[in-house]
Amino acid sequence: MVATFEPKSEYKVIGTRPIRHDGLDKVTGRAIYGADIKLPNMIWGTVLRSPHAHARIKSVDTSAAEAMDGVHAVVVNADLPKAENKMVDLGEGATNLKWAVDNILASDKVLYAGHAIAGVAAVDRYTAEEAARAIKVEYEVLPSATNVDDTIASDMPAILEEFVGSPGAEESGHANHVKEFVHEFGDPDEAFGGADHVIEAEFSLEMVHQGYIEPHNATAVWDEDGRLKIWTSTQGAFTVRQQVAAVLQMSESKIRVTPLEIGGGFGGKIPIYLEPVAAALSRKAGNVPVKMIMERRSVFEGSGPAAGGKINLKLGATKDGKLVAADSTLRMEAGAYPGSLVGASGMCIYACYNIPNMRITGYDVLVNKPKVAAYRAPGSPQVAFAIETLVDDLCEQAGFDKWQFRRDNAAKEGTRRGDGPIFPRIGMEEVLDAAKETDHWNSDIGEASPGRVRGRGFASGYWFNVGLQSSVNLSLNDDGTVELVEGSTDIGGTRASIAMQAAETLGITAEDVNPTVVDTDTVGFTAVTGGSRVTYATGYAAYNAAIEMIDKLKVRASRLWSIDEDDVQFEDGVFSSKSDPELSIGFKDLAGKLGDTGGPVTSTGSVDLEAAGGAYGTHICDLEIDPETGKTDVVRYTIVQDAGRAIHPSYVEGQMQGGAAQGIGWALNEEYYMSDDGVMANSSYLDYRMPTSLDLPSIETVIVEVPNPVHPYGVRGVGEVPIVPPVPAVGNAIKDAIGIRLREAPMNAGRIVAALDS
Amino acid sequence: MTTQVTPGPSRVHVRTTINGNSHEFLVPPYMSLLDTLREIVGLTGTKEGCLDGNCGACTVSLDGRIVDSCLVLGAEIDGKSVETVEGMATSEGLHPLQQAFLEEAALQCGICTPGFLVAAKGLLDNEPAPDEHRIRHWLAGNLCRCTGYDKIVRAVQKASAEMA
Repeated sequence: MVATFEPKSEYKVIGTRPIRHDGLDKVTGRAIYGADIKLPNMIWGTVLRSPHAHARIKSVDTSAAEAMDGVHAVVVNADLPKAENKMVDLGEGATNLKWAVDNILASDKVLYAGHAIAGVAAVDRYTAEEAARAIKVEYEVLPSATNVDDTIASDMPAILEEFVGSPGAEESGHANHVKEFVHEFGDPDEAFGGADHVIEAEFSLEMVHQGYIEPHNATAVWDEDGRLKIWTSTQGAFTVRQQVAAVLQMSESKIRVTPLEIGGGFGGKIPIYLEPVAAALSRKAGNVPVKMIMERRSVFEGSGPAAGGKINLKLGATKDGKLVAADSTLRMEAGAYPGSLVGASGMCIYACYNIPNMRITGYDVLVNKPKVAAYRAPGSPQVAFAIETLVDDLCEQAGFDKWQFRRDNAAKEGTRRGDGPIFPRIGMEEVLDAAKETDHWNSDIGEASPGRVRGRGFASGYWFNVGLQSSVNLSLNDDGTVELVEGSTDIGGTRASIAMQAAETLGITAEDVNPTVVDTDTVGFTAVTGGSRVTYATGYAAYNAAIEMIDKLKVRASRLWSIDEDDVQFEDGVFSSKSDPELSIGFKDLAGKLGDTGGPVTSTGSVDLEAAGGAYGTHICDLEIDPETGKTDVVRYTIVQDAGRAIHPSYVEGQMQGGAAQGIGWALNEEYYMSDDGVMANSSYLDYRMPTSLDLPSIETVIVEVPNPVHPYGVRGVGEVPIVPPVPAVGNAIKDAIGIRLREAPMNAGRIVAALDS
Repeated sequence: MTTQVTPGPSRVHVRTTINGNSHEFLVPPYMSLLDTLREIVGLTGTKEGCLDGNCGACTVSLDGRIVDSCLVLGAEIDGKSVETVEGMATSEGLHPLQQAFLEEAALQCGICTPGFLVAAKGLLDNEPAPDEHRIRHWLAGNLCRCTGYDKIVRAVQKASAEMA
């Protein structure tokens, strides 16, 4: 039974904008990020990576590297415990242990350019890099493929030989093309037959990267008793512990992971890359600490980007504007190992709408590119590009108003999501209504500069959010302040949003709560900072811990007053006797009088939440295009999003703006540009070209609050949904500006010029 | 047998001023100013993002000029003056830019923040009242992947107003 809550309209702490607790450290340079740690006797590690997209490793000769002055250790796959070909749970769902280990250090084959082959530890970073260059690898280069079409060519070998002859591969006809699911509901084929308007199209997207500014890093050292200590920048210390334990085949409790400050993640800092290499190097070098920082090129080539792929979508509507049928085939790039997150794409593709007859077929497609990882609402922006574009085209074809059609068919409580679940209370309708009320919607698009053209588009998006497990410990200080210990790494202000929920519950100020993110020895299991879950789930755990603290303090007050426990109540930060109005004491005053009532007061809260409450957003984009060059400038951009309840509105706005900025980059410019031989040709920030401050306007935000009934304060996750609408919103604006529909992302200058020329 | 001494050519003697303090040290001739600050001087507030001058996370001020410290050698600062994020706050308190970044929620993960602060200070030291476009143009060498820049620009505007 899931508990439900009635929202309050007024709060004392929630909805205010206090300065974040970790702010001072982060504006003064004192905050310790993963790369900042320094330990006694520490040496440096680096990784040798494959220059080939697909090759058999014939031999690896490390002798020259090992002989170099200043080199302490060299490790290859054989220095890791032998991994069986079996499925294990690594906290992100089941995966094959051999694949997980091979992605850390390749064994028999390299599957993408950038695939790690060997680790080197030396007295300093420069020496380690010199030594890595001295390792000789003999390759037998194999044919490679970097997109979903080329990889299923008849002469393209299986990237993972385990899939040869598997049921999924048999059905699709190629070992690199694994059918994951078919979701079907109603009778889509019959519904298309009865529809007055049917439209279909193919959409294509390239792989993109999260682009976090801080490279991956890890520092590891073994104790003499076999305990492994790791310091790293991660979205989940416990997830690192889980993955490292699996790869090194040791007990989780023998590993302590200390999460240092993290410089961005967006899903990409959930998997491990360097940690087992640092551990293996530390052991081989005599149990000294080994620190590793991934260079930027390797972050692009060797970490976990977001899937590109192809989406075929068909929609059917009646002449009076009712969406009656949808059918889609999703072929998403997994990279070199399975896991494209096509399942999430299937959950999201129809989630803005109520479609009574539908089918979704999902394929996980292996290509010679790095194994994809989560990227902010993973899988949803790609399918939003397809459906929000095709909905616009359907409206134009049939003469429907684009807003009214979306409003009439909007998903609401009771609507069935494409993959089966029935929606609880959601805010799609409210978001669309609020979008129509914005200043942006009701303002003229303005004059284009001479020779240029302007266009406006809008689009919506959905993300399901997750709950999962979180733990929080509280301890009360004599002065009435509270220490809050949590396991959720703070990527964007969640110390504040968790502390504020504890403070609200306890009747004290945000500043009275001191939140600390701790290592895996020091707090109960806490799942990743991901899935837009931290303010929701860890906030819920903080609420539970605060409620337990209040219950304990009621007992203490009853002892102080020598009255019955049940006679004590707590309201607005004050404990009082129900029967004797003379007896009352504030939270902080009581904290100073606990000496004789039974010792220090501590409490804990933990949750395991299944229901999360999905979130919706609608974005409006005005842009200006130079038809000569194809250069596109976003000139005005507004985000409307349901936050359930905004705990700290500034950081909710920040999530919205940041997600939109990434989505605008995805729409207009960002891509893995692969050379013919399968190497990423733009693996630097110069060439990958993420949006700069000069590329973006001031992004306007409207927070809609449709309280989430399964959270004490009505919170919905806010971090991910803002990256979903931008790609189609930009595409719809481009169509409005130049009258041509682009169905391939990025919709960059070259594609715009080519479209205008044809 | 391995050694704890860095191999390679002999080190360069450097006397320099960092955040107003005199420093004297030996640095390998190939070591970047970024690594020199972080590994030799011990100031880790300056961050590594890309090591090829395209993200601005390692921005410092060198004799009053904004540079990417990953593109400068440590040996080059001999006789010069370097300012890093650690030098912005004084015993009087935070620099107005630091205060404005906190109040305007202009940071999320915070890894780009030191670079933005040093770069923005470089702007306001020379141009006390830049308009929004000028701020966006000046900061275009600093990448932020979290904020979408809006709150950063507002924070710089706020600090500019406070310092006027």
